[in-house]
Amino acid sequence: MMGQEFVALSLPPILIGICVAVACALPGNFLLLRGQALIGDAISHVVLPGIVVAFLLTGVVAAGPMLAGAAAAAILAVVAIEVIRRLGRIEPGAAMGVVFTAMFAGGVLLLEQSDTSSVHLDVEHALYGNLESLIWLDAVGWSSLLDPTALATVPVELPRMAVALAAICLFLFIFWRPLSLVAFDEGFGQSLGLPTRWISLALVIMSAVAAVAAFDAVGSIIVIAMFICPPAAARMMTNRLGHQVAWSTGFAALAAVLGYVLAGYGPLWIGAQASVSAAGMIATVSGVILAVAAIAGPHRARNG
Amino acid sequence: MLADALLLQLGYNATLVTLGAAILGVAAGVAGTFLFLRKRALVSDAISHATLPGVGLAFMAMVALGGDGRALVGLLAGAAISAGIGLLCVQWLSSRTRLGEDAAIGAILSVFFGFGVVILTLIQTMTAGQQAGLEGFLLGSTAGMLRSDALLLAASALGVLALVLLLRRPLTLAAFDPGYTQAAGWQLNRVDLAMMGIVLLVTVVGLKVVGLILIVALLIVPAVTARFWSDRADHVVWIAGAVGGAAGYVGAAASAIAPNLPTGPIVVLVGFVMFMISLLIAPGRGVLASVLFHHRYQRRVHMRQGLLALAQGQPIYERLTHRLLRKAGLVRADGVATSDGQAAAAKALLDEVRWGIVRGDHSFASAATRYDGLTPIEDVLTPDQVTEIDRRIETPQAVSP
Repeated sequence: MMGQEFVALSLPPILIGICVAVACALPGNFLLLRGQALIGDAISHVVLPGIVVAFLLTGVVAAGPMLAGAAAAAILAVVAIEVIRRLGRIEPGAAMGVVFTAMFAGGVLLLEQSDTSSVHLDVEHALYGNLESLIWLDAVGWSSLLDPTALATVPVELPRMAVALAAICLFLFIFWRPLSLVAFDEGFGQSLGLPTRWISLALVIMSAVAAVAAFDAVGSIIVIAMFICPPAAARMMTNRLGHQVAWSTGFAALAAVLGYVLAGYGPLWIGAQASVSAAGMIATVSGVILAVAAIAGPHRARNG
Repeated sequence: MLADALLLQLGYNATLVTLGAAILGVAAGVAGTFLFLRKRALVSDAISHATLPGVGLAFMAMVALGGDGRALVGLLAGAAISAGIGLLCVQWLSSRTRLGEDAAIGAILSVFFGFGVVILTLIQTMTAGQQAGLEGFLLGSTAGMLRSDALLLAASALGVLALVLLLRRPLTLAAFDPGYTQAAGWQLNRVDLAMMGIVLLVTVVGLKVVGLILIVALLIVPAVTARFWSDRADHVVWIAGAVGGAAGYVGAAASAIAPNLPTGPIVVLVGFVMFMISLLIAPGRGVLASVLFHHRYQRRVHMRQGLLALAQGQPIYERLTHRLLRKAGLVRADGVATSDGQAAAAKALLDEVRWGIVRGDHSFASAATRYDGLTPIEDVLTPDQVTEIDRRIETPQAVSP
């Protein structure tokens, strides 16, 4: 009985959580090293207007148009930040702040003004998602994992996230050398004749893919946390890029599992009846991991 | 309805809130300018997101003490405390570990916000207390605000504004020249702390009006907008204050009309519209001004090169050059110079020869840096100096047989 409950109610969210966390943490490593950590923040904010516009244009809450809208919004935001930065000669942080707040504000206003009461689309959902609701109703136990008819009803977010994760892994595997070169010494990369601008654009686009795919399942707050916290914690643990990526993957998965378990069962242990937000708890756990690494990590010092 | 709101005809409370939001906007614009000039604009994003757990915990504490958890003072005090902790964490992470400030901002922002969400979901399971207003802190909501809250908002906005104005000199100094600030006897880290304290106050006061997700825009957008219009720090400060005030005023007024119009997004969008207008039409730094400048510069270069070609008797094939010279009446359609054209060409050539001498003489080194192939030498040197140079121009010598 325990197995059935676990497979149906907890296994899919945990797996989705792990996929989201790892998919965001992997490109996050390179963003962190390049000093672009806040790109994830900007992207995850602008996903909301993209989804709202997609909904208003198509009138349905379907994965396809929403992902397309979110991806379009993410790319538009990246381009707009760059254009405003160049045209206005403004520092990148401020340009980013102008663009993502304006787009997010536009999304919220559209959402409030349009009739979305019939569908499940609101600002709170966009911010912290609903990981707990991604349950696998047809599962009857561990044996369902081998049953094709039951597997067909697994929450659609799980295969989608797995595909996104695989795409990101493939991207990193193929472009590992240029990416790591550009992360540490962009000038040297340029002098070797690498198309550094395209490499950094590709990195941002892969981050957007991760953010957009993850957004639907878990909301934007966990996306920002996973872009930054596991890589930042991993950075305190090692001086080698390969090891850092491995550490960050481990930290991300740990945060996802521990966060979900704490959110689902933690309140029961202290006597409360209901569970708390899994997305929020995963972000919190990743912060605790970062705090521990920042206090005790072997390479936490600036010149370590 | 909107006209009523803008003219403050919606009753005492709405008027108070609107004026309070306008004052808050001025304070945010002014404070944000220093933040922007110090290149730390996004720190405010971490501060604002870090208020959420404080709001939630303050609510729980007040309920535990037997209240209904709605006292705005208590919620804002909680917000200030947790935002302060978040700010200290950002400072600590970026100064004591190898993380850059951007990574520290992102980490604190997401972790504190995530923790705040956990607390909010915990509150939703509570039966005691009136939790209805807490979502208003995310996106701002001024509809149906209590009179005491409106008074608190307006008064604290005024207080923050006074504080910024009082500290504007050290803040300006630190923004431009941290080293000189220390030499002038200010403690740089205390000035920075004061700046962050002001930003924190603006954030906390703005929570109810703009909401914690978008308050960062009220700090950044006015400053960025104002920067287009002036190169002088004191002017930028005042323009930013005006932009922020206008955004706050319009946003709060429009939001008071209907319950489902969150204030924050309107405030931000009003500010963004002003930003876009400035980006396009501001003199000097605006896009339109840049395009016009480029256009004029291109024409001057073509004109000058055309005149030099005329003076040396070379034919002009380039279309734009030819058209410009014709329009000015300096050449005929067949490319032969008119008498005006000959005069202008001779003048251009003389200018070029004079510049050649100036650039070859070390005693004119500072004047030579002004050479761009366009500026007439009379704009740079005195008539006496020009005469002196003319004496050195080699006159044609008879060729000995």
